[in-house]
Amino acid sequence: MKAFTVHSGIAAPMDRANVDTDLIIPKQFLKSIKRSGFGPNLFDELRYLDEGQPGQDCSKRPLNPEFALNQPRYAGASVLLARENFGCGSSREHAPWALEDYGFRCIIAPSFADIFFNNCFKNGVLPIALPADTVDSLFEALYANEGYTLEIDLPAQVIRTPDGSSVAFEVEPFRKHCLLNGLDDIGLTLESADAIRAFEVLYRERAPWLFGSIR
Amino acid sequence: MAGQTLYDKLWQQHVVESRDDGTALIYIDRHLLHEVTSPQAFEGLRLAGRQPWRLDANLAVPDHNVPTDAAERSGGVDGIVDPVSRLQVKTLDDNCGDFNIVEIPINDRRQGIVHVVGPEQGATLPGMTVVCGDSHTSTHGALGALAHGIGTSEVEHVLATQCLITRKMKNMLVKVDGQLQPGVSAKDVALAVIGRIGTAGGTGYAIEFGGEVVRKLTMEGRMTLCNMSIEAGARMGMVAVDDTTIDYVKGRPYAPTGEQWEQAVAAWRELHSDADAEFDTVIELRGEDIQPQVTWGTSPEMVLPVDGSVPDPEAQPTATAKEAVRRALEYMGLSAGQKITDIRPDRVFIGSCTNSRIEDLRAAADVVRGRKIAASIKQALVVPGSGEVKAQAEAEGLDRIFIDAGMEWREPGCSMCLAMNADKLGAGEHCASTSNRNFEGRQGFGGRTHLVSPAMAAAAAVAGHFVDVRSIAEDV
Repeated sequence: MKAFTVHSGIAAPMDRANVDTDLIIPKQFLKSIKRSGFGPNLFDELRYLDEGQPGQDCSKRPLNPEFALNQPRYAGASVLLARENFGCGSSREHAPWALEDYGFRCIIAPSFADIFFNNCFKNGVLPIALPADTVDSLFEALYANEGYTLEIDLPAQVIRTPDGSSVAFEVEPFRKHCLLNGLDDIGLTLESADAIRAFEVLYRERAPWLFGSIR
Repeated sequence: MAGQTLYDKLWQQHVVESRDDGTALIYIDRHLLHEVTSPQAFEGLRLAGRQPWRLDANLAVPDHNVPTDAAERSGGVDGIVDPVSRLQVKTLDDNCGDFNIVEIPINDRRQGIVHVVGPEQGATLPGMTVVCGDSHTSTHGALGALAHGIGTSEVEHVLATQCLITRKMKNMLVKVDGQLQPGVSAKDVALAVIGRIGTAGGTGYAIEFGGEVVRKLTMEGRMTLCNMSIEAGARMGMVAVDDTTIDYVKGRPYAPTGEQWEQAVAAWRELHSDADAEFDTVIELRGEDIQPQVTWGTSPEMVLPVDGSVPDPEAQPTATAKEAVRRALEYMGLSAGQKITDIRPDRVFIGSCTNSRIEDLRAAADVVRGRKIAASIKQALVVPGSGEVKAQAEAEGLDRIFIDAGMEWREPGCSMCLAMNADKLGAGEHCASTSNRNFEGRQGFGGRTHLVSPAMAAAAAVAGHFVDVRSIAEDV
């Protein structure tokens, strides 16, 4: 996993509530058995005017000019500013894979769906929940200023805006630690292998029916 | 000190390690796998040179991509026409073979939607922690289990460690007392709850469904209710164990027997919230107030009783809400004030992990028995949730009832719920669907989904428009 420390990038708007993971990456692209290559199909149904198919050359497809990410002012954006309940619906990790593959490293919204929020951290993408009025002000500033760039400082837990102000944010210590160091948490959990084995021994005595039925 | 909730008990029984930062290592009893969210996890194991921690905790079944057309299905994996789908199903077979994981393959009689198969085979039991790379894993909470969806990185984590690093959720009780009117089902309760609390209302919570109405629901009904917890924002929903639960589990292929059965039942009897347990939030509904529900928009919270009318964007309280309603109406091709009963579906889909169990098929068959679907309906699919459900339905003659009415009787799978196989809506088509999500494009590019119960879907098929199933006799 890519480490995340301090990231500075152009912010782009996804100005609607309840953006679901079907909208982030439609189901036909979930047939891939790979973990990469989803970026060209991020927000496929909003971004293109035709129906996308897996394996297609997206550079030849008709773009929806009204969609923010297709507008020159948001070219190269790596911070996504979004609304309430971002990432709701399906648990597909293809959603953060697509965001990351497109180039987004940070998503800022008033709230996130639980599974999506969790999946982001496994992929070097930082989701930041801020109060709704703070997000409103960021949207206003973003629309008013072309090339609006935010600096996300994870060690200090602040977002710095172009006008020099800063916004503090919360992040769970364990998740921060993993992101800062790009850690694979399977390796960390396996450091507790003895504790897992000890738990299993007692558990098997207490609930033997949970072991061995499927073989 | 206050007593424990059902969720508190399930959580406590599975904590391997509590950490200072509030996270915990939680032991996972059952891990279900399907072809869409597992390939990258197996690949991760391979790259790291890791093996599954405990083989007998895993059970795999292909469901999302499998064809439901009998002719295509008869060719097994090699017969899947779409090469990309075929490769994904084949990859599951190969991965299960390589890692020695038990798989119920495509044309095994037990195959079906993972959330139908798990409880049906006794692979998910009360008191278990159950995870799967699928958000509708919440379904298994109906058995009094702690069950939720996970992403692919966590699929790999569970395979490698038998644990998850997680944080305890808050407790929410959704209490439905009184009684349901005839023709009103668990699906209507689920939609009414989502209509009340919204699609983010349960975010951060584990929901327990309780009250007289829930106690009287069958296991199938409880599964429908818990299935849609995620549409209310909650990763998990659950129902306390009672005689209904225990009677359901008894005799299932992977359920315990003999002395272990007695021991298990004694433990399961404790799986309910204590009388003095405290919930962070309590939502109360009256069963008799719940009408048959129909969604009109592109989020499950955009739902109304069947006698309602499509809302006016201008009447919404905030700018964001106005815009959301305006956008939904535009996508759905509806106008403000239009009556729900004036919406005419082009297709009907009865199936999905929400509503493809035997009770669901019986409810739909009761409505269409001796009737024909309306001429304006292009297609009405009935897709049983598993081979076992299909066999049971055929033994009861339900397949004939559907076929005689002009509906199609298919092979088991996820089908048009998310249209990863050939079953999908055309652009602009409306569908009366017993599935769980009405998101844009979910059932096909440009498709317009209306979520309803099986009885309401059947009623719409017969009438050619949405109609209160309770009035169907006079209406048709």
